[in-house]
Amino acid sequence: MSALGISEADWAALWLTLRLAGVTTLILLVLGTPLAWWLATSQRRIKVAVESVVALPLVLPPTVLGFYVLMLLGAQGPVQALGGPALAFTFTGLVIGSVLYSLPFVVQPLQNTFSGIGRTTLEAASTLRASALDRFITVTLPLSRRGFLTAATLGFAHTLGEFGVVLMIGGNIPGETQVISIAIYDHVEATDYASAHRVSGFLLVLSFTMLFALYAVNGRFRVSVA
Amino acid sequence: MIEFDFTLERPGFRLALEGQIPDRGITSLFGRSGCGKTTLLRCIAGLEPHCKGQLIVNGVPWQHAELFVPAHRRPVGYVFQEGALFSHLTVEQNLRYGYQRIPKAERHLHPEDVVELLGLESFLDRYASEMSGGQRQRVAIGRALLTSPQLLLMDEPLASLDELSKNDILPWLDKLHQSLSIPVIYVTHALEEVARLADHMLMLEQGRLLASGTPAELMTRTDLPLAHADNATSVIDAQVTDFDESYHLLSLSFSGGQMQVPARVRPQQDRVRVRVAARDVAINLVQQQQGSALNQVPARITALCDDPHPAHQLVVLALGETKLLARITRRSRDLLELAPGMAVVVQFKAVAVS
Repeated sequence: MSALGISEADWAALWLTLRLAGVTTLILLVLGTPLAWWLATSQRRIKVAVESVVALPLVLPPTVLGFYVLMLLGAQGPVQALGGPALAFTFTGLVIGSVLYSLPFVVQPLQNTFSGIGRTTLEAASTLRASALDRFITVTLPLSRRGFLTAATLGFAHTLGEFGVVLMIGGNIPGETQVISIAIYDHVEATDYASAHRVSGFLLVLSFTMLFALYAVNGRFRVSVA
Repeated sequence: MIEFDFTLERPGFRLALEGQIPDRGITSLFGRSGCGKTTLLRCIAGLEPHCKGQLIVNGVPWQHAELFVPAHRRPVGYVFQEGALFSHLTVEQNLRYGYQRIPKAERHLHPEDVVELLGLESFLDRYASEMSGGQRQRVAIGRALLTSPQLLLMDEPLASLDELSKNDILPWLDKLHQSLSIPVIYVTHALEEVARLADHMLMLEQGRLLASGTPAELMTRTDLPLAHADNATSVIDAQVTDFDESYHLLSLSFSGGQMQVPARVRPQQDRVRVRVAARDVAINLVQQQQGSALNQVPARITALCDDPHPAHQLVVLALGETKLLARITRRSRDLLELAPGMAVVVQFKAVAVS
């Protein structure tokens, strides 16, 4: 079975990549929302340190990040030493690496949106009897729709194009940890440009379609990372 | 009665305020920018977590050493300077936001009442971005009222509006004043608003309470800054006795005499408040027979004091129980040989403000 001239192995890699990006984005939205909220509202001094850690993947070479995650999860790493499961070269390991790698792409847009909601708006909600959780659900979240859309898009797209981190942690096991960007790299290595073309072209069209749909859903939508 | 005793420290600012606010009518917190009036309002609403001290509203403690009722549990309505409407909700949804969050038994006012009271019928489906500043502020007032608050707090609700929008909203505030029994605390730095709306006022200066009393009293007290301001004004509460439709003049009686003020129509209520600027008062030794002034009332000089301007003299006059300020030149004072205790006749121009 090789639809569109793309081999079954490549379809598997593509499917794995989409699953990885989807799971990673979901986890990041769940974890990133409270973190971004804390960063947007906290006055504490430790905040600057946390902000720097969150932004690290933006400047760190992916291989460095991947290397440390591998050390953490690998056979001699602290996770296994403490009786944890062997996560290196597994899908779960990939998810952990991707979550760290794409963290700033989700947290920063959310943080910007949250800080953009005026203090007065939330104070107005509290004088209208809304508790902190109520304010968050009925005022903060709806006013942050665009921020969430940006965060989800960036988180998903960034994970989709991941290479270095995945290579370090995943080890390129077909069907288990081989993602599409590495599959394309393998084709090029083997001078199989035809396969590389087909997969790359498919990815290009897919990415464009996704972005187009998102922009169309929200006409005034703008991707911004500041 | 609202009794407070607050302290709040911020870098470069210290607030230490103790006082009382009556549980009826409009009390205005008055003072320059930075005097702490908005901070006091925020402390009452529970929006200043670092505010220490005590707050008792109608016998119920809202704050003391071991208690801090959070903002969302205090039965207050708060109107912010810029309205602070929720931009993702329509006017109707904004109005219902607080209404839905209070128990049914505590809902004394309903959306229909407020929509009618504030004339919001035609805006219900609009968003904040589609309305003028004055309209937004009316919605904000309505939204606050719909929590059926025990106390309505207003933070310079007119400050961000232009003259036209102010005139658009002031009649609604008058109406509110007359039709609702909720006590209102109103922050402002505009003397005209105090003269028009307030029943009681607290004057603040640099985080401290300077004086409290009725506007008529505080605005004419020469030991306070208002009497010496360029726009020094006296306020007189008067009773409507007649309206002359051909001349559009309203006849009023007040403690101290009668006066006439211009009015387009006869006001609905029987009591009105008039404002007399100190510079619009002239002092004569005898009744004038051949002048254009409508209002001539006998008065007694109670005090003479210096004014910031070296040419000027501030004269405090008693017209029955009414206190009136006059600003004349020092030269006139000497020519007429004015002195405390003297009986004189005052001519003045008055403006009805509500």
